[in-house]
Amino acid sequence: MPAAGGGRAGSGPLRQRGTRRLQGAPPASALSPRPPAGWRAALGLVTLLSFASRFHRLPEPPHVCWDETHFGKMGSYYINRTFFFDVHPPLGKMLIGLAGYLSGYDGTFPFQKPGDRYEQHNYMGMRGFCAFLGSCLVPFAYLTVLELSKSLPAALLTAFILIFDTGCITLSQYILLDPILMFFLMGAVLSMVKCNSCADRPFSASWWLWLSLTGVNLAGAMGVKFVGLFVVLLVGLNTIYDLWDLLGDLNLSLVMFGKHFLARVLCLILLPLTLYMAMFAVHFAVLNKSGPGDGFFSSAFQSQLIGNNLHNVSIPEHLAYGSVVTMKNLRMAGGYLHSHWHLYPEGVGARQQQVTAYLHKDLNNLWIIKKHDSNTADLSDSSSPVEFVRHGDIIRLEHKETSRNLHSHQHEAPLTRKHFQVTGYGINGTGDSNDFWRIEVVGRRTGKLIKVLRSKIRLMHVATGCILGSTGKTLPKWGWEQVEVTCTPYVKETPNSLWNFEDHINPKLPNISLDVLKPSFAEILLESHMVMIRGNSGLKPKDNEVTSKPWHWPINYQGLRFSGVNETDYRVYLLGNPVVWWLNLFTIGLYLLIAISTAVALKRGVQLTSEHKELSRVVLCGGGQVALGWLLHYLPFFMMGRVLYFHHYFPAMLFSSMLTGITWDTLLKFFSQFLSPSTKARRVYGVGILALILLIMYSFYLFHPLSYGMIGPMASDPSSPMAGLRWMDSWEF
Amino acid sequence: MLGFLKNPVVVTAEINLNLVVLTVMGLISRLWGLSYPRAVVFDEVYYGQFVSLYMKRIFFVDDSGPPLGHMLLALGGYLGGFDGNFLWNRIGAEYSMNVPVWSLRFLPALAGALCIPLAYQILVELQFSHCAALGAALLILLENSLITQSRFMLLESILIFFILLAVLSYLKFYNLQRHSSFSGGWWFWLLLTGVACSCAVGVKYMGLFTYMLLLAIAGLHFWHMLGDRNLSNVSLVCHFLARGLTLLVIPVAMYLSFFFVHLTLLYRSGPHDQIMTSAFQASLEGGLARITQGQPLEVAYGSQITLRNVLGKPMQCWLHSHTNTYPIRYENGRGSSHQQQVTCYPFKDVNNWWIVKDPGMQQLVVSNPPRPVRHGHIVQLVHGITTRYLNTHDVAAPLSPHSQEVSCYIDYNISMPAQNLWRVEIVNRESDTDVWKTILSEVRFVHVNTSAVLKLSGASLPEWGYRQLEVVGEKLSKGYHQSMVWNVEEHRYGKSQEQKEREVELHSPTRMDISKNLSFMAKFTELQWKILTLKNEDTEHKYSSSALDWITMDTNIAYWLHPTSGAQIHLLGNVCTWASANIAAVVYTCLSLWYLIRRRRKIYDIPEDAWQLWVSAGQICVGGWVVNYLPFFLMEKTLFLYHYLPALTFQILLIPIVLQHLSDHLCRSLLSKSMFNALIVAWFSSVCFAYRTFSPVTYGEPLSVAELKDLRWKDSWNILIRKQ
Repeated sequence: MPAAGGGRAGSGPLRQRGTRRLQGAPPASALSPRPPAGWRAALGLVTLLSFASRFHRLPEPPHVCWDETHFGKMGSYYINRTFFFDVHPPLGKMLIGLAGYLSGYDGTFPFQKPGDRYEQHNYMGMRGFCAFLGSCLVPFAYLTVLELSKSLPAALLTAFILIFDTGCITLSQYILLDPILMFFLMGAVLSMVKCNSCADRPFSASWWLWLSLTGVNLAGAMGVKFVGLFVVLLVGLNTIYDLWDLLGDLNLSLVMFGKHFLARVLCLILLPLTLYMAMFAVHFAVLNKSGPGDGFFSSAFQSQLIGNNLHNVSIPEHLAYGSVVTMKNLRMAGGYLHSHWHLYPEGVGARQQQVTAYLHKDLNNLWIIKKHDSNTADLSDSSSPVEFVRHGDIIRLEHKETSRNLHSHQHEAPLTRKHFQVTGYGINGTGDSNDFWRIEVVGRRTGKLIKVLRSKIRLMHVATGCILGSTGKTLPKWGWEQVEVTCTPYVKETPNSLWNFEDHINPKLPNISLDVLKPSFAEILLESHMVMIRGNSGLKPKDNEVTSKPWHWPINYQGLRFSGVNETDYRVYLLGNPVVWWLNLFTIGLYLLIAISTAVALKRGVQLTSEHKELSRVVLCGGGQVALGWLLHYLPFFMMGRVLYFHHYFPAMLFSSMLTGITWDTLLKFFSQFLSPSTKARRVYGVGILALILLIMYSFYLFHPLSYGMIGPMASDPSSPMAGLRWMDSWEF
Repeated sequence: MLGFLKNPVVVTAEINLNLVVLTVMGLISRLWGLSYPRAVVFDEVYYGQFVSLYMKRIFFVDDSGPPLGHMLLALGGYLGGFDGNFLWNRIGAEYSMNVPVWSLRFLPALAGALCIPLAYQILVELQFSHCAALGAALLILLENSLITQSRFMLLESILIFFILLAVLSYLKFYNLQRHSSFSGGWWFWLLLTGVACSCAVGVKYMGLFTYMLLLAIAGLHFWHMLGDRNLSNVSLVCHFLARGLTLLVIPVAMYLSFFFVHLTLLYRSGPHDQIMTSAFQASLEGGLARITQGQPLEVAYGSQITLRNVLGKPMQCWLHSHTNTYPIRYENGRGSSHQQQVTCYPFKDVNNWWIVKDPGMQQLVVSNPPRPVRHGHIVQLVHGITTRYLNTHDVAAPLSPHSQEVSCYIDYNISMPAQNLWRVEIVNRESDTDVWKTILSEVRFVHVNTSAVLKLSGASLPEWGYRQLEVVGEKLSKGYHQSMVWNVEEHRYGKSQEQKEREVELHSPTRMDISKNLSFMAKFTELQWKILTLKNEDTEHKYSSSALDWITMDTNIAYWLHPTSGAQIHLLGNVCTWASANIAAVVYTCLSLWYLIRRRRKIYDIPEDAWQLWVSAGQICVGGWVVNYLPFFLMEKTLFLYHYLPALTFQILLIPIVLQHLSDHLCRSLLSKSMFNALIVAWFSSVCFAYRTFSPVTYGEPLSVAELKDLRWKDSWNILIRKQ
């Protein structure tokens, strides 16, 4: 129910205080127009059109398209309750999984690669769910613009832009995170705007409703992708502005201000945080079986997964000479100590065998513990007594697969030049004195035994006094992009240089069931975030690879192939409707011009009529909020080092479309007012808006095969339906 | 007529002795024993190379920044009569007698010394007391890290000098604004702001941050002027234009002029040539120009050419083929066509020559008159030595299985037809009928049968391919990428009909008579682009640090170590000053927030003019610190402690500001005031003490092991202690 009760609705952050007294007064002034008549009917129309355009030909093509292979697969993981690792927070994939589950999908389709046919598997539930959320964007944008500009044509223009944008349609029709993300994002913006317009009735039911809805949507947006952070920023800035405004209102007692403040803390910080954590709680509760993501997490975490070798583990408890072990770094998302036959390349320290940290479980992670001075403690020799390793012992670690010893020397480590290089050295376990390490348990005295999993140990290199650690830096190609392992001369107690023993094989010792220390929820949460952040920053573009650049996006420079390459394929190409996108781009420039001239005019104290005042308010407040949203969702991408794709621009595109609606509406109103007060003015205005809408619809008619599928020859062929529409060489259809 | 003689000629001089004394002290502290140590210190090893290249007029590319800083250092060398003959190979190497160490280090040291009076003036212009100004100047004077950094052939002190100069001139300009707009002084300081900004940017790109800050402040001040209803629209436009001219147009022009001087000075070819395009190389004296001079401009059917990949990464290379074939099976079991290898080879070689052939004709010589090849023409490329045709087909490339293999076609009489037609697409064409030009045209070869594009994949082939670079046919050519673009470098019109003669011809050097000149703007754009995009291997340096370490000075840099005695020079700040500067920043922020919130509730703790001073001081000092510090958190390059020095300078200026404010507004009673003054004296003596303590490692005085151990106040400091 937008703007319930009329009143002073639609005030942006620059609203004038003191109008509070207007409460209950008839909303007659030009500053507070009531919602335009017919907005409900128009809402119905755009919603209908939106749903129709998104659900049209939804089942086509009946094979896996583009990133469906990831997100569909992850949806299946939830249905199968298998643990996996992804760089995005879990909400989006959980919802996909839920939609699949409710619609009768059983999670058996493997989603191996794009182009795989779905056959009898029920994929429509998941696609339908995404399309449903994608369809909601249009009414949301419509209501937001209506609230900001109080102008039905502006809202309609925005809605039509979004309905008839081929990019938005395509992006909403597949099993992807983007429609879900954009749903929450627009939801947050809408509730924020609605809440702002309830500002004259603070603490009323609708105020509370919209404020808490903002919080809920923020949690949702953050829970789908970290890009949701930008909308959090937008809402945060708006809230700070709002509070600053309230603080300046001397009629408001400090107690009241405190209430305002606490209400916002409650709804915009505590509520979203709780929801966000709840999401993770559900995520971990659902995924209780071991799966492909185990190795990214600590031993303690893994012990909670059914089917993991650490779940209800039964291994020898105390470490003995001759045991075969794996060592896991205690840093968040630290890997297993690893080595392989490959050598360090020329110019990187000594040309010996590489030692790295590796996140996946692998046979090359196995090491044998031996005494430093003898090779006797062989597993084969069953007669010899078992000798336990004790705190302070000097040991040698032999790599099981290659029979080389863990070795360090005073050469620079490959990336961290201040540290020493760690290598695999020697043949069949015979090396030199640089292979000796003193094993120490944190906080123990000499002679104590060492416990598997529970003891935090460190390995001190006897000859140089440095400590074995993992720096967390990714090695270049020669190191297979595994993590660097070094020996650090700085003796500090950081998780980087602490390890625990995870697997432990020693047939001479009895297996004992161990209850590994259960990690608390906070620890799990922190750990999974560290892993996600590391994963995200690891997505770096490769050399000589053509990647999408942020400046490509607003000019619709290049799209993404969703399905099909060849002439006979059913081809879908994610590309914005060029007319719409170029209109948006042009409008951003236009808006800047208008906003600057308006601001200067106001600052110079130009006398304005009440209509002009209202227009300038819409431009500066309404337009300003939306323009800020666009900036916040676009500019940060210029600073990101990770691989970027065209679809990252779509949240910003939503804001840009809203800006287009507001700007053109204002501009046309402004020009038609020159012709006022005749009916001609209204006609010019109406014709202008109508012309824009018709232009958009016609361009959609031209470009609709991009979303609804192209079969037949490519656009370069004159007989193709898309012939003559390849306006830019970089478009690939 | 002689009326002007009625009044006596009077010269009134006002000399601020404070300033004079401070300048002298600054000069002493920075210039004292400047040529000690007579050895290469830290980054001198890096900048010195460039100075030498300037002396020898050899072209180079330095990706670390624009050329003004290097040119100023080179100016020092020029004035000292340096001939450029020194091998800058390692830190600590003794300078030979021909190196004028003193004059090379003089300019940075002078700039460092002049920062002290500048700091004084800035505080005065911010309308703080002379006492506070004196404090600021003394703190800068006694800052060990600034001293160390100024005393060697490094750029930071010059950068800081220009930054402070820009700030000072803007403040002078702004203070003149109120009474005498458009006066001589007003213009002078405004102009100086722009010039100093462009110099700062010209020394290091870091200067851009301060430039942006000043632009923002100027914009804000202009915005306030807009609200002044007494000013007419016309005068506002004049103000706006004056600012636009001096703060935007002139800096850009100056920046261009730095490059102009740079490119004029360096006209000889040198070690970094191959980074640049062939056209650029051809414009340098020696090097490629020697080869390419006098080549025919237009590529014609029958032309003999070498094709260079435009990308130049991982190294420059030319399209190459040799008689060896692709192995039948690769290590991973995939098969190949077993045809002749086509690679990209990073050295000049006779096997880099190709002949452009018209598919419709048999001859491999240029007809008379030559028939030029145009955009869109279909050609065959014949390898000169083996006379095999460049070919690609639907076989996976050796290292990039998603792309097509490119080979020189051998007819094995199996069902694999020759597919050797290529369409020439000139990327930088002006019209669709453009002629393919030597060096200038950037060309894509599109395979006619499969529409694959000839591309350098960047991977280097295994042993069977002699580690040369892989060339593939890219099927999904996603837009424009330089790895798909080639240009003709060497070129001649082929005359020999017979293969034997042709081989002799290919081995002989090309003829030459004309040179191709690039315009300055074309050269500038290319050089600027290379500077911005060139990436060095970002391996970590022994003394690199993260931005977070700088605030607390958890890191240092050892600049130099005497080979026998324990004397060493470190970049290490005055611990006391760094801590106080941090405290000042915190106090400033908290107090400002407190005032701001209270003012919002209409409670005014301090008088309005004091508040304005407080705010404008914060804009400069806190703003300067923020813009010069925070961006480093977003940077992915190797960072060093000296990157923090500009930010630190601004933070130091904040200390006296906060102290004066505290004493003026918070110490109400006489007693508390005198207590406060006593505290300040105590604090200042501790600053002096810290300076004294660390001055041995600032100036490189010999120290015993015990003394060195005593200096290691923090465990993370890397003070070099020789093992006994």
